[in-house]
Amino acid sequence: MNNPAPTAPTTRRDILRAIATSPLAAAAFGIDPLRAAEPKRGGRIRVASLSSSTADTLDPAKGDLSTDYTRHYMLYSGLTAYDENLVARPALAESIESDDQVRWCIDLRPGVSFHDGKDLTAADVVYSLLRHKDPASSSRMSTVAQQFVDCRAAGPRRVELTLASANTDLPATLAASHFLIVQDGTTDFSRAIGTGPYKLKEFRPGVRTVGVRNENYWLEGRPYLDEIELIGIPDEPSRVNALLASDVQIISSVNPRSTRRLDRSSEHDVLETPSGLYTDLIMREDMHPTSNPDFARAMKYLFDREVIRRALFRGYAAVANDHPIPPSNPYHNADLPQREYDPDKAAFYLERSGLKGVRLPMFASPAADGSVDMASIVQEAAAKIGLRLGVSRVPADGYWSNHWMRHPLGFGNVNPRPTADLAFSLFFKSDAPWNVSGWNNLQFDQLLLAARGEGDQTRRRQMYADMQELVHHECGVAIPVFISFIDAFHTDIKGFSAIPTGGLMGYSFADKVWLDG
Amino acid sequence: MIVLRLIGRRIAVALLTLLTVSVVIFFITNLLPGDAAQEALGQAATPETIAALREQLGLNQPAHLRYWNWLTGLMSGDPGQSMINSIPVKDMIGERLPNSLKLAGITALVSVPLALLIGVLAAMYRGTLLDRSLSVLMLSMVAVPEFLVATIAVIVFAVKLRWLSALSLVHDDMTLIESLRAYAMPVITLSFVIVALMARMTRAAVIEQLEKPYVEMAILKGAGPVRAALFHALPNAIGPIVNAIALSLSYLLGGALIVETIFNYPGIASLMVNAVTTRDMPLLQACAMIFSAAYLLLVLVADILAILANPKLRRAA
Repeated sequence: MNNPAPTAPTTRRDILRAIATSPLAAAAFGIDPLRAAEPKRGGRIRVASLSSSTADTLDPAKGDLSTDYTRHYMLYSGLTAYDENLVARPALAESIESDDQVRWCIDLRPGVSFHDGKDLTAADVVYSLLRHKDPASSSRMSTVAQQFVDCRAAGPRRVELTLASANTDLPATLAASHFLIVQDGTTDFSRAIGTGPYKLKEFRPGVRTVGVRNENYWLEGRPYLDEIELIGIPDEPSRVNALLASDVQIISSVNPRSTRRLDRSSEHDVLETPSGLYTDLIMREDMHPTSNPDFARAMKYLFDREVIRRALFRGYAAVANDHPIPPSNPYHNADLPQREYDPDKAAFYLERSGLKGVRLPMFASPAADGSVDMASIVQEAAAKIGLRLGVSRVPADGYWSNHWMRHPLGFGNVNPRPTADLAFSLFFKSDAPWNVSGWNNLQFDQLLLAARGEGDQTRRRQMYADMQELVHHECGVAIPVFISFIDAFHTDIKGFSAIPTGGLMGYSFADKVWLDG
Repeated sequence: MIVLRLIGRRIAVALLTLLTVSVVIFFITNLLPGDAAQEALGQAATPETIAALREQLGLNQPAHLRYWNWLTGLMSGDPGQSMINSIPVKDMIGERLPNSLKLAGITALVSVPLALLIGVLAAMYRGTLLDRSLSVLMLSMVAVPEFLVATIAVIVFAVKLRWLSALSLVHDDMTLIESLRAYAMPVITLSFVIVALMARMTRAAVIEQLEKPYVEMAILKGAGPVRAALFHALPNAIGPIVNAIALSLSYLLGGALIVETIFNYPGIASLMVNAVTTRDMPLLQACAMIFSAAYLLLVLVADILAILANPKLRRAA
């Protein structure tokens, strides 16, 4: 695990990335250049995110898009928070402990108060966790929350949580923005009373969110900025222009093609966050002809991953190995041999499947990032071995409800999940609603449940490695690359670094950055 | 009397049209694939969550019943609640519509006099070098798409020269200078599109009148070219000109979408696009009704002006 890079570092960026994501390397260097300068207090910045619409919400449970997550981390705090190595650190919780991974005891940090002055108590935490089980809350985490069998206050600052079955990843699960802590009994979120680094000053859905510094923030000395204005600029060139014209100081979701324009500016920098975001080709196992395992194998050999990484994403991606655990995840299996573009093997498996000469549409859409171009690359490679694939390009609007998982062959897109357990159980478990390829593997399901409750790290790592191997060989899902998030910022912004759950420091930059200059 | 009857009939027809439009809007928007429940849940949709949300939003009622509720609500001035964030549609539109009207108003103030000036000048000097160069200029302006105009303007004036801001961020307490800086580029971009159309229509209409015998008579009586154009030809050309202006201005509400997107201006066109992508029917339908009503109103005003400007009808009254 000391070298999380999947292949030998070849470019300057690969080496930098390897250093940035490896805790040992950072320790060996002794200093972190971003922390070298002393943080300063004060100042106001404007941040432009990818999207903003009338669907913007102040309720953490309903957060759907990156702008929502960013807004929620600005106003609320969670029991735990991810660090740059994807380890969940205690935040509002002082400690989260369990002997059997079933019954958990959560002790809260003393002296934390909400924006309206009330103290944080165990009752607030119980309410914040249990409300996700109520269908009326429309929580995006309702399925995850079903494991909270019992949750009660065992003292003013102690919560006891009992799970349906053992889950070692509970601390990491609770760091998700949806589980941020709200006040007991809150149903109207229009004032956004949280314990987060900023207090809500103005919120207009689809226009802007303004937060002012919370002087009573529980993290001593933070946040640094006086005020943050969060806006959404959906049009990417406009977003980049706004940064270059100094109308905004940080932007998210930069197209790899725009990085050249930003590189030319001496006042701006680009931040790459390696992540578990991927666009996958789904081969349904319950539909003809993709149910044929040899056909699925042939398809996986048709991806020229290096071309996709370089040409499509300009190097802002990491080559993937047909399983969903990215190199930035501590459980990544680096020993699994990399599957390469191999037309001979593809031709061999196609021949064995008896499907040579078959015509088949492949569904792609701008909704799944990069899928239209990937489809063209695969189409060309397939034509060379006598497989005639058509690219059916469909609009982004309505893609998830009308096309995703509904055709024998089609692309999908999966946002990064902080834990290996979530990445597997949401998309590969046989009874998961989003089991995208309709995969049904008893051994995998058993391993998944066993690993979830396993307390021993060595055994757990072995189980996750086995699961990656199973998905790599057997599952009807091809994952060519992991796509990096790209943010850009003015060089006056300091303390801005990568947290691999998403862009904008895993959406939680608000209490970490400061202005210098 | 004839004028009043004509105007009354036009108003009645406009109201009837609006009612027809409401039916069309309601049923066409319901033809969009997917509904608010599916869109709100996106990838997170499971049959159970969709059913629960549909129940909550009242989407499981039959269509004609939803139409009736919506229409009666609209008549009493309540277009309902947003399905996405439960804010009254009235409030959401109330926040964005003034922005759109302001942008449209400033653009109209700039572009209409400019277009009339260019059109009348070109008509007076038709066939000369001035007329031909203005024609080429106007045609090129129509031909260049506005996103290109806007993008180039941003790169030159905001990114390179740093004179103006790349975003048109408006807030309530703006100074005059701030407003000028915020509105300069959107107004120029929008004017680019509509000035050309109005100017060409003005030129054609004025030329048509200038070639009529009564103008020749006026010139023979000693009227100069300016007087002949402004006081004799222009009043008679008002009909087609106000129609062209009405059509151009109606474009400023809904058609400002590209400008709103590029400059991140919080107007009503982007609100409507939001509503389409989230399948927020009450909001979408209210926006569509506003656009239709504004269009009908402008055309109605143009018709009334044309009727009033028509000497034959005026005399009959």
